[in-house]
Amino acid sequence: MMQFMLLFSRQGKLRLQKWYVPLSDKEKKKITRELVQTVLARKPKMCSFLEWRDLKIVYKRYASLYFCCAIEDQDNELITLEIIHRYVELLDKYFGSVCELDIIFNFEKAYFILDEFLLGGEAQETSKKNVLKAIEQADLLQEVRPALTGKAVIIIII
Amino acid sequence: MPAVSKGDGMRGLAVFISDIRNCKSKEAEIKRINKELANIRSKFKGDKALDGYSKKKYVCKLLFIFLLGHDIDFGHMEAVNLLSSNKYTEKQIGYLFISVLVNSNSELIRLINNAIKNDLSSRNPTFMCLALHCIANVGSREMAEAFASEIPRILVAGDTMDSVKQSAALCLLRLYKTSPDLVLMGEWTSRVVHLLNDQHMGVVTAAISLITCLSQKNPDEFKTCVSLAVSRLSRIVSSASTDLQDYTYYFVPAPWLSCKLLRLLQCYPPPEDGAVKGRLVECLETILNKAQEPPKSKKVQHSNAKNAILFEAISLIIHYDSEPNLLVRACNQLGQFLQHRETNLRYLALESMCTLASSEFSHEAVKTHIETVINALKTERDVSVRQRAADLLYAMCDRSNAKQIVAEMLSYLETADYSIREEMVLKVAILAEKYAVDYSWYVDTILNLIRIAGDYVSEEVWYRVIQIVINRDDVQGYAAKTVFEALQAPACHENMVKVGGYILGEFGNLIAGDPRSRYVPFCLMFTLLFFFSLVPCLLTCSQKLRPQSRRCCAAIARSATQMLNCSSELRVKEFHLQRFWSPFSQATVLEEMPPFPERESSILAKLKKKKGPGAVSVTELEDSKRESGELNGAGERGPDPSVMAASNASTPSPSADLLGIRSAVPVSAPASSGSLLVDVFSEAGPTASSGAVNDDGFLRFVCKNNGVLFENQLLQIGIKSEYRQNLGRMYLFYGNKTSVQFASFTTTVILDNCLQLNVQSKPVEPLVEGGAQIQQVLNIECLTDFSDAPLLNIKFRYGGALQNLTLKLPVTINKFFQPTEMASQDFFQRWKQLSQPQQEAQKIFKANHSMDTEVIKAKLLGLGMALLDNVDPNPENYVCAGVIQTKSQQVGCLLRLEPNAQAQMYRLTLRCSKDSVSKRLCELLAQQF
Repeated sequence: MMQFMLLFSRQGKLRLQKWYVPLSDKEKKKITRELVQTVLARKPKMCSFLEWRDLKIVYKRYASLYFCCAIEDQDNELITLEIIHRYVELLDKYFGSVCELDIIFNFEKAYFILDEFLLGGEAQETSKKNVLKAIEQADLLQEVRPALTGKAVIIIII
Repeated sequence: MPAVSKGDGMRGLAVFISDIRNCKSKEAEIKRINKELANIRSKFKGDKALDGYSKKKYVCKLLFIFLLGHDIDFGHMEAVNLLSSNKYTEKQIGYLFISVLVNSNSELIRLINNAIKNDLSSRNPTFMCLALHCIANVGSREMAEAFASEIPRILVAGDTMDSVKQSAALCLLRLYKTSPDLVLMGEWTSRVVHLLNDQHMGVVTAAISLITCLSQKNPDEFKTCVSLAVSRLSRIVSSASTDLQDYTYYFVPAPWLSCKLLRLLQCYPPPEDGAVKGRLVECLETILNKAQEPPKSKKVQHSNAKNAILFEAISLIIHYDSEPNLLVRACNQLGQFLQHRETNLRYLALESMCTLASSEFSHEAVKTHIETVINALKTERDVSVRQRAADLLYAMCDRSNAKQIVAEMLSYLETADYSIREEMVLKVAILAEKYAVDYSWYVDTILNLIRIAGDYVSEEVWYRVIQIVINRDDVQGYAAKTVFEALQAPACHENMVKVGGYILGEFGNLIAGDPRSRYVPFCLMFTLLFFFSLVPCLLTCSQKLRPQSRRCCAAIARSATQMLNCSSELRVKEFHLQRFWSPFSQATVLEEMPPFPERESSILAKLKKKKGPGAVSVTELEDSKRESGELNGAGERGPDPSVMAASNASTPSPSADLLGIRSAVPVSAPASSGSLLVDVFSEAGPTASSGAVNDDGFLRFVCKNNGVLFENQLLQIGIKSEYRQNLGRMYLFYGNKTSVQFASFTTTVILDNCLQLNVQSKPVEPLVEGGAQIQQVLNIECLTDFSDAPLLNIKFRYGGALQNLTLKLPVTINKFFQPTEMASQDFFQRWKQLSQPQQEAQKIFKANHSMDTEVIKAKLLGLGMALLDNVDPNPENYVCAGVIQTKSQQVGCLLRLEPNAQAQMYRLTLRCSKDSVSKRLCELLAQQF
């Protein structure tokens, strides 16, 4: 089971955090600080997995953003790497060439998409179509509001 | 699908986020946030009712502020209000806020649960999913109590929508994990198993995680899932890559579900039903075959997904450990990956092969890859991959290849990363011991280990080699010869000297025929000069070698003292030499060590501990340290013979045990009544055990020598000290209580106020690993009497922050007391001689502690003076006598303590030949009773 997922920028700014195990705010901050530091210190060609405490860390960098997951000992590293990729694909499809700013300005959407894809640290729905359909349906229920201005940077190349 | 049309576009929120992003400094950001918080607070408190949109917007802003890392203490009620809105986005934001900022406010929990209940019964699948997500995200006990019986019903009801089933399955999983007692098994459980057959792949994907968890806890109840899982897996594996439509991921059919199915099967032994088993073996073979097929896509996602399934299949094959054919195929496949260009695959192959190495069927097959693995150890650029290679070499080692593997590991050690050296050292030591055919090879290996990585050779390792040499008489001669040769090197590691000194001390006589051995004391002497505690070691071995070299050795010590003229430290050494000259200690020292009882190697235990969960608390660490000391046997009879000599005279105090110091510290207490009583005191004295942290650490050590001086959340400092005449030695133990390394660790003794003392110490290692303890020895010389204590400044970096700490070192004038026994009339005669007014100091004070006779006696003994019986005509009173030894003079002191139990008061009188001493002792003691 995935224990948590963190999204942070190259500058070490946390963009999204999702915890699947109950931890105190203090502990969360400590873990975040430690992992951000560890992962940012690694070189590009290094392997995407590392042992950390009694967990396995799986991370991947997409342009300016690092996606970092902690899984348990018996969990599968490669499939977790593809969980990250599928989440990126979902964000990309939803926002249309997603960039870091999309996640900053629409953080609540990023959380909603994640909840449709993963729940309780396990994959709930792996079909891209089905996840987006659920989000779209929800969007249809929304009242129309003035749009945001155009996007600044396009960062994700898939 | 452009985002702009989707966003409900809370304009105020976007503006606020932009503002925050434009803040140039942390201060500006905090200012902007405080402004916003004030604004939101006033909006929430205002009399004008807020519409749903505004409420949503403000709640969302609060959420953003919280996610930036700031505390939020209001807005919960508004969020709960949003839950009951019938506008979807408002409800959604409400749920998000609740999920992220759960509050155990019971009033609120009831309202939240109410809203959830309404949504669960709304029959609106979107609302139901939101409610289920919220339960799964929060997963608190209160929610389990409210919904643990409701959710199974939703999960198995015939008319539940697929998406709701998916959420319900994982929601139930979360509740089962947090409160298993509240999720009752029942009729629903058998129906859950059949979800494996559901035609909706998403439902199977979600439900299988729940089934796996339930099967682990109740395997019998769920065992029907095995055949269902096998047939589902078989259908996926044999499907064409397009059959599963959107569940195909980069040409791989349902990789997530396949992995989860293979995981579920690992909860059970191989299927008993022949047909099911045949089908499963077929699946596994197909998966292995597919790995050989050319990739259908060049994308890394394709190969990752495919290999994820392959690795999970290999895990299952290893779990069954019954199909030799599959095991060997798995091993060959992994062998290919060992040379793959993808670092990730090499890493996983090394990791997976480690488990294969332990199976009897595949152990030999794994061994064929030894050259590749050795190569990986030498050439991989990523330390985590090299670590895996070292692990694998360790796992594949057996009698046939031990020499090669140990040699490779040794040569790798010369360049290994510091982070893994200690573990490597342990592994080499274990392999060398486990597979030693001839023990001379073992001795050579350990000595090489010390030569290459002496700093990383822990006590457990070098104690162990001594233990083995003592227990095996066929290797003793060789060991003596080899360490003797090793000590000829121009520079030896401290650990080499320790092992050498110890082995020569025990078995030096075996090589006494060698003409060169006459020089042993010379070689050792100069190496030992700075390892003060080893001088007794040196003495024993010189005595074993040639009886007459004893004299020569003492002469060297004396001439070295004059030559180097480094006063106090050497004089302390010389003192030790003299102590060992006494006929009493000679007899003990020269006895041969009895063999050690054969028990489990303590180094193995250490490695196990290292491999365990990363965060080892300090107490655990110390527990295991103490344990290993007992296991080892070497712990108690540490290789330092002075311990042997002294063990009759002193008992380790309980406070020393707490610190896990063991006898690594030579307890040099000669059999004089004074120090014997000090030790008895530290066991009996109730104040000694009241080691709670308080800031008057200094005063707690006036009457005792050992204990915890300081403790906070990061650091623990323990003290063990011993004094003799005007000399003292203090062992400081700095324990890192965190799991993070301390960097730039430095300590400085400040003597500005205390020039009457001479304190010498070696600098400590600048790095203190998480959970580790380092030791520092202070050699103290008292030049003349003194009042102020030296200070100890400690600086280190924890995380990024510099920690700076200054403590008063508990060195007080009374530490240099020599007890003086005298009869009643002598006492009063001297008392009268010290009758000048300034020679006397007196204080009348209220009792701060229990006035129990035994407690008071223990404290007075701890003070260092002799407690004189039958001197004072009033038996209630206590009188003591002692001489303070300083380099320049001796100060005679007499003490009288008159308790008044009724008034709970004391009168303390001191008369000393020097008035400043009377004054200081009176000050110190008045705070002790």
